[in-house]
Amino acid sequence: MISFWKKIPEQVKRLSLILIIFIITFIFIRSKLVPPDFGEYGHYRTSAVDEIIGQEIKYAGHTLCNDCHNDVVDFKKTGYHRNVACEVCHGPAALHTDDPVEFELQSPRERGHCPLCHEYISSRPTGFPQIVSASHNPMKPCISCHNPHDPKPPEAPKECEACHAEISRTKSLSHHVYIECTVCHQTPNEHKINPRNYLPGIPSSREFCGGCHSKDSTASDEIPKIDINSHGERYMCWQCHYPHLPEAR
Amino acid sequence: MENVNNQKSNDLKRRKFIKNLFISLSGLFIPGFVSAMTKTGGLKDLILSLAYDPKEHLWGMGIDIDKCIGCGRCVNACKEENDVSREPFFFRTWVERYRIFDNGKVLVDSPNGAINGFKPSTNDEENIIRSFFVPKLCNHCDNPPCVQVCPVGATFKTDDGVILVDPKYCIGCRYCIQACPYGARFLDPETRTAEKCTFCYHRVVRELSPVCVEVCPTQARIFGEIKKKPSPLVRFMRKHVLGVLKPALNTEPKVFYANMDMEVR
Repeated sequence: MISFWKKIPEQVKRLSLILIIFIITFIFIRSKLVPPDFGEYGHYRTSAVDEIIGQEIKYAGHTLCNDCHNDVVDFKKTGYHRNVACEVCHGPAALHTDDPVEFELQSPRERGHCPLCHEYISSRPTGFPQIVSASHNPMKPCISCHNPHDPKPPEAPKECEACHAEISRTKSLSHHVYIECTVCHQTPNEHKINPRNYLPGIPSSREFCGGCHSKDSTASDEIPKIDINSHGERYMCWQCHYPHLPEAR
Repeated sequence: MENVNNQKSNDLKRRKFIKNLFISLSGLFIPGFVSAMTKTGGLKDLILSLAYDPKEHLWGMGIDIDKCIGCGRCVNACKEENDVSREPFFFRTWVERYRIFDNGKVLVDSPNGAINGFKPSTNDEENIIRSFFVPKLCNHCDNPPCVQVCPVGATFKTDDGVILVDPKYCIGCRYCIQACPYGARFLDPETRTAEKCTFCYHRVVRELSPVCVEVCPTQARIFGEIKKKPSPLVRFMRKHVLGVLKPALNTEPKVFYANMDMEVR
């Protein structure tokens, strides 16, 4: 062993000594600098996860409101805003749920709040209730007509064209202009409040049009008439004629 | 002879020196050993106390573009919850409006991240053929490019698939901001460290949903487990044709979009 040690050249011994010192210093400094929990679960500091989940919660979540405000929550449950969490309008509520007396939540009462969702923007999905706030009772706050916990139009739209303006404009140029929409479309009253769940009826047979347009009908002579048995064969009337703008004369 | 003697005593001196050196050096190890023996790991004392095991979960988000109304409540709530700077340009989540014109032009805008919603578009309304809102956030990729490039191990993927940033370890080099193909990261103007969406990790471990999901008035955002059958996200993924952003990059995002237009990127 000693003879082996003697065989190693002097310079190699000195250099290896320096190398060993260097490695030891490196290991020592590294053990000081790298946190002990680094690399336990991956290439990161484990306690960082602890620090991140230690962050303060500000939005209490929709389930807590029911503990005290169950009357409002129950009321809201049946309305169109049933899926809108309380904190969407009333703001972060964690402080309030911790200490309901000290921290009170605000209710937005100004007109600017509701149009965030309900202003007409063409990019919004079809069927989402929207208004043009410049022409929709411009000076009134929304809550004077709509209860935000159960929003409904205070007065169901009186005329069909309030919603179906495009069809109404087309019909106004046609020979069917004086025919009420309800002559052809059986409309339940609920359609005005809950349009998508209560759809109006549409005619289902050729005989419906034939009521006026068949040769043997008793309607006025000005109305164009056809032989319903031979005209148009197997097609339904509205497959060739658009009922809101019938073109044949 | 004298020469040999001299050399011997020199050898002895050196041997003594090396001996002493090794003894003193081994002393240097002691603090390291001690700290290694006593380390508690700080291991998730908090996580353990919450009875939350990251290995049992895999989180993801579904976004139904057909339901987003662009109200920006998610952007506002996210800033509120996570103390994100109120200045423009710093967002953990934001909403983009896509407008596709009949000449093929695509206009994407996001005024202040849509924190105050959108103004109705007035010009060229006639020529728009399709238009919709796309909420964006960190995609929590299964194969995250941002984690790969971090030189100090300050950003990492937890066992439940969430990508987090360790603000104490981050040196603010911005490599991860460059690497993220979705622009989901930013440099916090105060701490000068990288910041991003955490899926509201502090809420998720306490069985609350992320705050953007919590406040979305139309349920355009769905949060849940990717691999557990009763999860709302699995139901969402079963019911919709899904897409992810930039699938060609193989980042394997865990934010899934339904009813996504081909122009969305």
